[in-house]
Formats: sequence, structure tokens, C-alpha cells
Amino acid sequence: MFLSEPIWIVRDYIACSGCRRCEIACSMRHEGWMWPEASRIRVFMPFPGLEVPHFCAQCEDYPCVSSCPVNALSINENTNAVIVDGEKCISCGECVKACPGKVPFLHPDNNKAVICDLCDGEPECVKVCQEAGYNALILVKENTSDQRKLFAMEPIIVAKDLAVNLFAEKGLEVV
Amino acid sequence: MPRGYAGKFLDIDLTKEKVKEITFSDEILEAYLGGRGLAAKVMWDRIGNQWSNIDGLDPENVFTAFTGPLTAIYPGARICASGKSPVSNGTVGSTASTEFAMELKTAGYDGVIVTGRASGPIYILVTDDGGEIRDASHIWGKIGEETIKILNKEVTEELTKRKPNIGLWKEPSMIYIGPAGENMVRNAAVLTKLCHGAGYGGYGAVMGSKNLKAIVAKGRGKIPKVASPSKVKELWWRAHTHMINRRGSMRRWGTGYAGWRVGAVSSSEPVRNWQEEWHDERSYAGPRFENRFWVKKKWADYNCTTNCMKLSCIKTGKWKGDITDMPDYELQAYCGTNLGIFDPEDNIHVSAVIDNLGHSGINGPNTMAFAMELYQRAILSEEDFGFKIEWGDAEAFTKLAWLIAKREKIGDILAEGTYRAAKKISEIKGVDCMPYAVHVKGIEIGAHGTRSDEDYTHDSCYASSVEGGNHTSIATDGYTDMSQSVFSDSGVYCNFCFNPTEFIFEFLQAVTGFPTTLEDWRKVNGPRIVTLQRALLLIGGPDVFWKPIVDDDNPPRFYNPLPSGPFKGRTTDRKLVYDKRAAYYETLGWDERGIPTQETLDRLDLSDLEPAMKKLRK
Repeated sequence: MFLSEPIWIVRDYIACSGCRRCEIACSMRHEGWMWPEASRIRVFMPFPGLEVPHFCAQCEDYPCVSSCPVNALSINENTNAVIVDGEKCISCGECVKACPGKVPFLHPDNNKAVICDLCDGEPECVKVCQEAGYNALILVKENTSDQRKLFAMEPIIVAKDLAVNLFAEKGLEVV
Repeated sequence: MPRGYAGKFLDIDLTKEKVKEITFSDEILEAYLGGRGLAAKVMWDRIGNQWSNIDGLDPENVFTAFTGPLTAIYPGARICASGKSPVSNGTVGSTASTEFAMELKTAGYDGVIVTGRASGPIYILVTDDGGEIRDASHIWGKIGEETIKILNKEVTEELTKRKPNIGLWKEPSMIYIGPAGENMVRNAAVLTKLCHGAGYGGYGAVMGSKNLKAIVAKGRGKIPKVASPSKVKELWWRAHTHMINRRGSMRRWGTGYAGWRVGAVSSSEPVRNWQEEWHDERSYAGPRFENRFWVKKKWADYNCTTNCMKLSCIKTGKWKGDITDMPDYELQAYCGTNLGIFDPEDNIHVSAVIDNLGHSGINGPNTMAFAMELYQRAILSEEDFGFKIEWGDAEAFTKLAWLIAKREKIGDILAEGTYRAAKKISEIKGVDCMPYAVHVKGIEIGAHGTRSDEDYTHDSCYASSVEGGNHTSIATDGYTDMSQSVFSDSGVYCNFCFNPTEFIFEFLQAVTGFPTTLEDWRKVNGPRIVTLQRALLLIGGPDVFWKPIVDDDNPPRFYNPLPSGPFKGRTTDRKLVYDKRAAYYETLGWDERGIPTQETLDRLDLSDLEPAMKKLRK
């Protein structure tokens, strides 16, 4: 499909209910069945109530793409998503190391890198999140921004901040 | 192996430190499904004719944590804890919502069976590579939130060490016990996610008796394959659409607004150990919880869009840092009104302490209110507690919760649960305390009374139930109730993920490939499970043997007229209780005292129970 504007998924962690239907919908599309640990979006929960949907932020400089020694990663021109060529991927894990948020991971079955491909412009995770009225994931059409990379963050770091936001002083000790 | 199942169970003997994998035949799975049903079958198969000799807290007891074929696929994943109950001496299928159930299935296991007793504190770790027994001496004695914190970190680090190159490991999920379970408080809960508990049955104490602090699971595999994938995908979407479109108060508030309503309107909420069931304290209304304390208004567990949970946190004052759910209605009642507490902050504080100690939020505080009434009536004194206590004193009630959890002073007797404590205190003090014990067959009653007849719990709902006071598994007509919690606790999913019953059976068929229909379940499968549970409950022992029919009754308090409120003077209709109980027995093929007949046992493939039932019939 052709998109006049690039898309991005805005995340609102505190709105995340933790239902993890995003993982179900994602893996249904990409794996043909429910598979939480093969989902391109994974909801971490380092402490109950601190749910962190963790997925590619499409950094403007794509450090994962440049880190790949075999050019298995490319950028989809329409969506700006990172596309993994499973044939080329050698499961070295360089993209994981290069990612400031440690977002990519190796598939539990074939060991190839797994990264969100934005479902060719119509992300399933956003659909189910919106359907349920949570709006933790919101699709926006806007140009690439240098702010995106700020969201490439490890879930534990996100959770530490959320903890204080939700639990005040107590939040300092739960994660 | 039929579809919907991961295909194997872990069978762990803690005495011998042996871990093995087992399976069940397709026939057994089709008959009992999983969870509550399969657990009852496993109990009878393994303990059998030793049933009346074994206490729930003996190493010979069997603890099970089972999923079912619908778990994680149908909305609302839950785990079902079971075993010989140390409170009812029968079995209870005690469920709690948690990602642990999904992690177990994706690790390749439908459940864990634990026997024996470890020589010291341990926890069980379940991964794609199997089950292992690990040292828990560093977490023994820790409260809930500490346990979660330590195990999340420790297990994530361990798994990262084992497979460092796959990217970030997501934290595991777990079921665990608090100090109450460790010290074998008979009605202690199996906890998960800080404030979710498998409360009824006392399985926290069973885990404690085995020195089992927690079972932690992390899977990386698929949710098990189903018989008709395209059909299940469609049904899954329809199930959620139905739940989302209900848009009623359940999604908005959970049960968190009922603390005022069930008291003021239905007049069926326990107040001061059920001395009343009415209050109109608007200080205790939903908005006062929501506006001040709810930090996450839509909190769900795996594959759930009912999101009845709302996360609460106290951020200021002497109790700042207390975290719990709404509390839900049951805890608003049991950690609130039934203790004479009508202030949201006090209620959240008591609930958070109860959760952290690993008490069951219904059953533990039921015993606390019972003790308070004995104090009110000068049967117990300040000396028994070591401090002054009065209705509404949240500080004193949290002290009492600690006393029970640590089995100190009067807490040691109260740790036996309401019924057993009532027996002991009656002996010691020479006063009959039974009129103040609100339980049915050892299981303290949920926070829905029968006297006003305005709630969903009527006359014989508890009296006839094989799970006594369990408000989530009430007995009604012996037919429609078979496809309610008897089914959801065996399929193992959350019964707040409402969908039409026919639809759920369509879902079951598409997942498992079993031809089981709603009618089959109501007439054969459900009655088989309930009849087996009934038999085990009646065999009972070793400390208590329930008398058929005599003990199938409400506690005395439920026949006292309501002293206040819009239904003042009303009480449970004793004749109706007895008529409906008789009809219940008859529908299920039990004799006039509620003992399953030989014909019924034969019809349900339970003939091996006949010798034990024959003895009871005499």
C-alpha cells in the first residue's frame, strides 16, 4: 500500500491495562497463532501495575540497521519500519546490542531477529488496543522526528519512572 | 493429546527431590477438562482410601496448580489451585487471574503436581527446559511485594545467564505464599500479582506445609494448538467484542463501587461479623475510592478486556506506599464493613496488609471479625490479643492480621480458621462460640448474605455447595450451576469474562475438538466432578467429619432476623433451604441425606467410590 505520510505508534504506558491482546494480535498476524514471546510487541511487567509495551520506536538514525554485519535489516520506505530479512540474518544479536532500548530479540523458534514491521501500515496491536478503548497505543501519521529515539528505552527504566508516577515515594523501591 | 493442552504435567516429589513429566489419557481430560475437575480426580486417584487419615497439611497431601484447555485462549487466563483442603477436608478448585497460567502453558506444561515436603524452603522454577527445585531460604518470611521483587530479579538474571544472546528476557510470573501460608494458617491463600489470590480452600497453607514458597514460570513457546484455529480466532474476536460492548459498570468500576451498594441497597453485606448486613455510609462510596486512590482504572490480566481490576495506592500519610487493587467488593466488605471500617483509606490499608501477609482476603478477615465479636462479647480479652481492639480500628486489625500470620498469642488458635478456632475457643472459654462463626463446612462465607434475599445468593446456595462458603461456586438447581463455576474452574478461565453459555461451549469444542455439549456438561461432566467433590467432602477427616445433611446448612447467624435496614426483620427461609437442598440432592442423584447413590456413581464412572459411600449410608 502507498502512504502519503509515514506512521508511528504513540505509546501511553499508564493507559496500558496489561491485557496483552497486542501480543496476541501481533503473533496471530506474524506467526499464525498466539505466541506471546514471538510477538513484535512485548508487554513487560517488572512489578504488578507497571506494564510496559516494548517495541521498535523507529529511531531516525536506525542504529540496528547500520549494526547488522550482513545487511539483513532494511527500512521500508512507506512506513519507516525496520524489515528483517530472515534469509540473511545470522542470529548474531548485534542489532539487540545496537538498539538503545534493547528492543529486538531472537525468535524463540528460528532464532532470527524479530522487529516490529508496523504490519505494512496497519498495526494489529493498535487496532485491538483501540477496540478495547485503552488507547495505550495510538497510530499517528507524521514525519520522522528525532524524538522517537527517546522511546527506545529498556522496560526496566521505563518501569522505574512509572513506579514513581503511580506509587509516589513507594515507587522508588518496587523495581 | 487433545488440542488446547500443552501436553504434559510436571509431577514433583519434594521429599525425594524428583521431578518428572506425566500425561493423562484423552478420556480423563475429556471427562474432567483441567483445573478443579482434574484436580479432584487426581486427589482421589492418589490419596484414595487414605483420604480420611490424611490432613491437608500432611506431606502426603497433593498440591496442584492446574490450567485447563481454555486457559489463555478464552479471555481471562486463570490458574486453579487445589488439593485436599485443610479447611473443608474435601477439595476446592480455587482460582486466580494471572499471567502465570499463560507462562506455564507456553513453557509446555498444563499444570504442576506437588507431593511430599521439602527439607527446607524451596521454590519451583518452570521453563521450556522443565521443572527444577531451587532454594528459597532467602525469601522465606518475606511479604508478597518483596517476594515478587526478589524472584522477578533473580529469575530474570538466571535466565539471562543461561541464554544471554537472545535479547531481553521478559520477567517470569509466579504464584507464591506470604508469611500466613508459610506458618500454615489454615485458610491462607495462594497469591499472585500482589493482590490476586486463590483464596478459598487454604492452599496457601498447603504450599507452606510443603516448604514451597513459590512456583515461578517463564515460557517461550506457543500457546497450545487448537482443533479449529480459524474458528477459534473468530470466536476469540467475538468473545472480546461481546465483553467490550457490555460497557457496563463492570468494565468501568469492577466491583469497586459495591462496598456501598450491596450494603445500602441489597442489604446483604457483612457488617461487624454479620451482626448486620446493612449500612448507608456514603463515606464508603465508590467515588471516594476512585477519585483519591485509583492510579490505574483499567487493569487487566492476560487476554482480558473486562479489566475489572483497578489499582489503588495510598500516597500520603502514615500508610503511604500501600498498594492493592480497588479493593474489590469482597475486600471492601471483609477488610472494611465487616470489621466496622467505613473509610476507604483504612480499607485499602487493611487489604494491602492482608495481601502482603498472604491471608485470603475473605477468609482471614472473616476470622478476624469473628475474634472481634468474641472480644465485643467479653469471651476474649485484651490479654488474649496483647492490645486493645474495637470495631473500625484499622491499626488494631492489621496487628491482628500479623498475630494470625505469625501464630502468636490468640493468633495461633485463630490461624486454624473460623470454624476450628470457634471449636477450640468454645472449649477453652467454656462458652459456645459457634453462633458467631460464619462458615459452611469449614469454609468462611463470601460477602453476600442470604437473609434479605435481594442478592444473587439465596437460601441453600452455600448450604448445598460442595465448596461451602465459596461465593464464586454457589449451588442452585444442580443443573444450570454445573455449567457455571464448575465449568469455568475446570476449563480454567475467569467467570467475569462473560459470554453466553452456549457460545462458551462452542469455544470449548473449537479449542479441544471434544464433542462435549452444554447439555452433556450439565448432566454428566459437571455432576461427575461435583459428585466426586461431594464424596471426598463427606469422607473428610482426619480432624473433622461432616455429618451428611446436618452440616449442609447455613450458619446460625443466617437465620437471625436482619436487625436493621430496608429489610429489617427478614431472614433466611429455613423451609425453603431444606426444600431446595432436597431438590438439589435429587437432581444430582444423591440420597435424602445427600450421599451419592450407587446408581449415580455407576452412571458417572465413579464406582470406585461406592465402598466409601456405602459406609456413610448406614
